[in-house]
Amino acid sequence: MKLVRRLTDGVPSRALWGLGILVLALLVAPFMLGKYGLSVLILILYFAFVGQAWNIMMGFAGQLSLGHALYAGLGGYVAAGLFFHYGIGPWVGVFAAVAAAAAAGAIVGYLGFRFSLAGVYFALLTIAFSEFTRLAFDHWEWAGGSGGLFLKVDSTVDVWNLRGGPVLFYYLILALAVGAFILCRALLESRLGRYWLAIREDAEAAQAVGVPVLRCKMIAIVISAGLTALAGVWNAFYYNNLFPETAFAMGRSIEITLAPIIGGLGTLFGPVVGAVVLTGLGEVFTDASEYFHIPGMKQIFYGLALLVIVIYRPAGVWPWLADRLGIGERRP
Amino acid sequence: MSGARLELAGVGKNFRGLRAVHDVSFSVPAGAIHALIGPNGAGKTTIFNMIAGVYVPDAGAVTLDGRKISGLRPDRVCDAGVGRTFQIVKPFKGLSVLENVTVGALHQHRDLGEAREVATSLLAQLGLDDRRHQLAENLTLPDRKRLEVARALATEPKLLLLDEVMAGLRPTEIDVMVAFLRDLNARTGLTILLIEHVMRAVMALAREVVVVSYGEKIAEGTPQEISRHQAVLDVYLGEQEAS
Repeated sequence: MKLVRRLTDGVPSRALWGLGILVLALLVAPFMLGKYGLSVLILILYFAFVGQAWNIMMGFAGQLSLGHALYAGLGGYVAAGLFFHYGIGPWVGVFAAVAAAAAAGAIVGYLGFRFSLAGVYFALLTIAFSEFTRLAFDHWEWAGGSGGLFLKVDSTVDVWNLRGGPVLFYYLILALAVGAFILCRALLESRLGRYWLAIREDAEAAQAVGVPVLRCKMIAIVISAGLTALAGVWNAFYYNNLFPETAFAMGRSIEITLAPIIGGLGTLFGPVVGAVVLTGLGEVFTDASEYFHIPGMKQIFYGLALLVIVIYRPAGVWPWLADRLGIGERRP
Repeated sequence: MSGARLELAGVGKNFRGLRAVHDVSFSVPAGAIHALIGPNGAGKTTIFNMIAGVYVPDAGAVTLDGRKISGLRPDRVCDAGVGRTFQIVKPFKGLSVLENVTVGALHQHRDLGEAREVATSLLAQLGLDDRRHQLAENLTLPDRKRLEVARALATEPKLLLLDEVMAGLRPTEIDVMVAFLRDLNARTGLTILLIEHVMRAVMALAREVVVVSYGEKIAEGTPQEISRHQAVLDVYLGEQEAS
């Protein structure tokens, strides 16, 4: 109860009601929506979750990672590989997956932070690691090489082995998204969270008031990588296939960053709102380009829409929307 | 909160062969207020940065209550009991004034609510309480200077290093800051070392003054002694009279 009070302290009651109603609506959504609606909702929750994970590094601690596909890919491959080769179920494999991604995060973080790579130089390091992991997996037979790794598709529902239809994966990703949201709120309202914000704003000034900068940044990347690995495991078992060319793709890394950037960096609800906006726009433009028979129209309008949002709402859609709703979650 | 004794013994620092500070020794007894003065580029801020852990001295050692602190990381120096302000102010711009000081208070108080209370009371003492919900980036320069002091004090240091906190303040504001620091020192016994160009503040606060020029200590004494010291008049106060 104490924890609940701490997490909800200072949150307007209408915001809490709104959140409660939203979660309830999401819980009953599979019974209300068709197959298509559910698949869109799954996509939204996936981006909200990975966005939340990435936001810990960029939005909270101010460290730009453009290589988060590394952690998602590693997580997916480890869990899928263990299942494929040894029949080790994902509920066990997920621990290995998270550990592998967290270790990768720790290596990238240590190299970057220990040697004071900042801003775009750190971002380049994250890209480099993601890229050469992609190349390594291209040639790694155990992981299927460039031909990919395929999980057997069957229609039986087996929760223990994560075999089942969209509804199973919907509830899983919903649980992850809600869990990450609560975790991020708890982190932000802790000493560590405040230290991250201080580092984001001015690392030298933070260190002068006793913030152990290196340690705090390391914790940020390890948590962020570990959470992202969960998304990777989910992804692998949802789609049943993994290719180095997509799992570790630059585009995958960029995709992870978009929801929090569009929604509002450093805010808790930003990644959620960003995921809704992005997925919504994507679906609308896909339908439109099919309707008008103009190939490539989706990409152009999608790009333009992002441009417009970034120009007119540089702090993200959510801070502006929150003000309109009278909830007012600002970037802390 | 009580003061600690600061001692610098033969401290030196070179930057790529350029001698910034050479063989500087002085000490500040526990509970005293001393000032470090000298012309621009004399090495004052470099000395501060060696005390605060930003630079590791090439020679000599800095000790706090007899414990060596030179060579420690800045956050470890803060753990040892040193709080500092920056000459070029470094507020956490995107955070509120209250959150800025709260980050400092978290050093001693793990609990966020408790840290906020400590921060609130410090802001009241420094006359910033009516601005506590503003973003730090919206503060005027004098208020940012006050914020620097509040944030450093929030870590509950035994030694406070103030780097030109009076610069940019109006005379009446200087008097308020001087009164605050003097009262703080009397109340808590906090040791204070200040770099200051504003002689009005130096004369009012410092028990002793250390003068540096071209990286070397050229004089040390009470403000009265210093103001009569020929070498000091030549390099420092002489310039003041000319302007």
